[in-house]
Amino acid sequence: MFENTKDTIRTIRTAGKLGWAMESNWTDPFLFAIYSVVRPIASSLILVVMYYVITRGKTSLDLFAFIYVGNAFFMYVVNVLFGISWVIHDDREHYQMIRYIYIAPMKMYYYLFGRGIAKMVLTTLAVIITIAFGMLALKIPINLMTINYPLLIFSVLVGIFIITCLGILLAGISMVTAHHSYALTEGIAGLFYLACGAIYPIDILPVWLQYISKLLPLTYWLELVRRAILGKSISTTLGGYSDFQLILIMLGTTLVLAMFSNYIYRSIEHIARKHGKIDQLTNY
Amino acid sequence: MNYAVETFDLNRSFKLKKAKNKKENNNTPGKLIALDNASIKIHQGELFGLLGPNGAGKTTLIKILSTLLLPSSGTALVDGVDVVKQPDQVRKRINMVSGGEHCGYGILNVRETLWMFSQFYGIPTQVAQARIDVLLKILKMEEFAKTKIGKLSTGLRQKLNFMRGFVCGPKIMFLDEPTLGLDVQIARDVRAYIRTWMKENPERTVLLTTHYMAEADELCDRVAIIDKGKVMVCDTPGNLKKTLAGEAVFRIEVPLAANGMETFGQISGVKQFAYEHKSHLGRTELKFILHDESAISNVTEFLSNNSSKIVSLSKMEPSLEDVFVALVGRGLKDENGSQN
Repeated sequence: MFENTKDTIRTIRTAGKLGWAMESNWTDPFLFAIYSVVRPIASSLILVVMYYVITRGKTSLDLFAFIYVGNAFFMYVVNVLFGISWVIHDDREHYQMIRYIYIAPMKMYYYLFGRGIAKMVLTTLAVIITIAFGMLALKIPINLMTINYPLLIFSVLVGIFIITCLGILLAGISMVTAHHSYALTEGIAGLFYLACGAIYPIDILPVWLQYISKLLPLTYWLELVRRAILGKSISTTLGGYSDFQLILIMLGTTLVLAMFSNYIYRSIEHIARKHGKIDQLTNY
Repeated sequence: MNYAVETFDLNRSFKLKKAKNKKENNNTPGKLIALDNASIKIHQGELFGLLGPNGAGKTTLIKILSTLLLPSSGTALVDGVDVVKQPDQVRKRINMVSGGEHCGYGILNVRETLWMFSQFYGIPTQVAQARIDVLLKILKMEEFAKTKIGKLSTGLRQKLNFMRGFVCGPKIMFLDEPTLGLDVQIARDVRAYIRTWMKENPERTVLLTTHYMAEADELCDRVAIIDKGKVMVCDTPGNLKKTLAGEAVFRIEVPLAANGMETFGQISGVKQFAYEHKSHLGRTELKFILHDESAISNVTEFLSNNSSKIVSLSKMEPSLEDVFVALVGRGLKDENGSQN
């Protein structure tokens, strides 16, 4: 048991180092730091400008804060999901190392998770920068003294786990697809953006889509993150639940997702091995 | 008897797209048979060669044994462990190196890459670093230890890939054409290291696939010749060559012949033949086995009648390639050779 834990930690740590080298080595550290700060702010400003143009500043600050915080944290979904699922394609097509990674005596889940750590760290930095920018430049009503930090940290950790499960599921699908994995990841992220209440309360969705929303752990994750930071919820659908109830629902749906992700990954891995697709170059 | 590798009636076929079927399949339309009831036994501590032309099924077998691919049917055991049922256990015992690749994480340097893989195999850092130092020295890569992979030549990358396989200290190593595309000196270093590595520990086993017969002859304790997925024969190189001891094996070079070689096999006294066009030299090389040496006059007469000037003619000691020609009726490189 202890050996297994040690092996797991070593795999994650080593894969994490590889992921970090890939994320940060493309330019010099100064340019990388500038890029890391400017990129998330620029991304958020797109939404801010759209918001002001559409509402002409007439809607409540509460809604703006709801949108801003949701959008900031949704960066985790886009970046980490892509960071994990793209590993298969990258290792197979670009670096042509997947056969050697695959036959190594380690669990691919941990390797994939490790490769995604760099994205998690960079996204955390981006989220902090975006929130800070929102507080200082856009006057988003966030009080650092009243943030529920235990709830925030717990939610972020569970959120990362949720996104990792989704990333591993998509990584499995990447084993049997070629360039489609890119579009698939973008498409899935887009669906979550629509259905999980990232930039509006799920109350405004059609009823049938609200049912789907309620099945997704990311919906509860975003709600809990907002409650931890803003101290309140503007969603009437989720507002009736206490924090504790939301945590339980999030953990329950996460457990189902984790089992589903594991099952799908294993099944597709078997199919890929059966059809010789693990290391098959498609030249996309 | 402890076997490092055992396969029993191993089959593997691939579905083909319709357009490719008619030319490439064996018997069954829409199917490429890569392994056809292949059964081999490799002893622990043995350096075993798997010889055959491109497409013979060598890489498919290695992929199955290294858990990258599932067989269509049959059983494959590595160190007594079933590759289908317990792939995780197999992976603890093996490693693989494929030749002729341009792989590697370009942003890592040589030492970082080797260290990273040692970690994936659970090797303590101190042991790994010592092993890396030895490998860098033996394979003359010390000066490139801190060079990023992206800046290495193809040959050096291949050398790195080779070191990657060995740094993890496997019990059983699969080498799939490890010297493919390497220059003579690097290939020599690689072969020398394989021998050294085997000598260090008598429990270590290597399965080497190659279509360089001389390489197999030089390195292997035993070889199996494989063609179209079938294991044709398996024995020591010496014993295989002895099967041709009484045969007259000749090599003739003639000016590049565009056609007419297919009828060579009809010459009286020619038992088997194979040819290879060497366009860069402007010559065609014919290797053939005669029932009797006296039949050589029939060959020279045939070439004379076909207005082919003989550039060189020599009688040869049988090689593994001649064994292959005798068995399958064509050379390793010609796809169209025929047999009598």
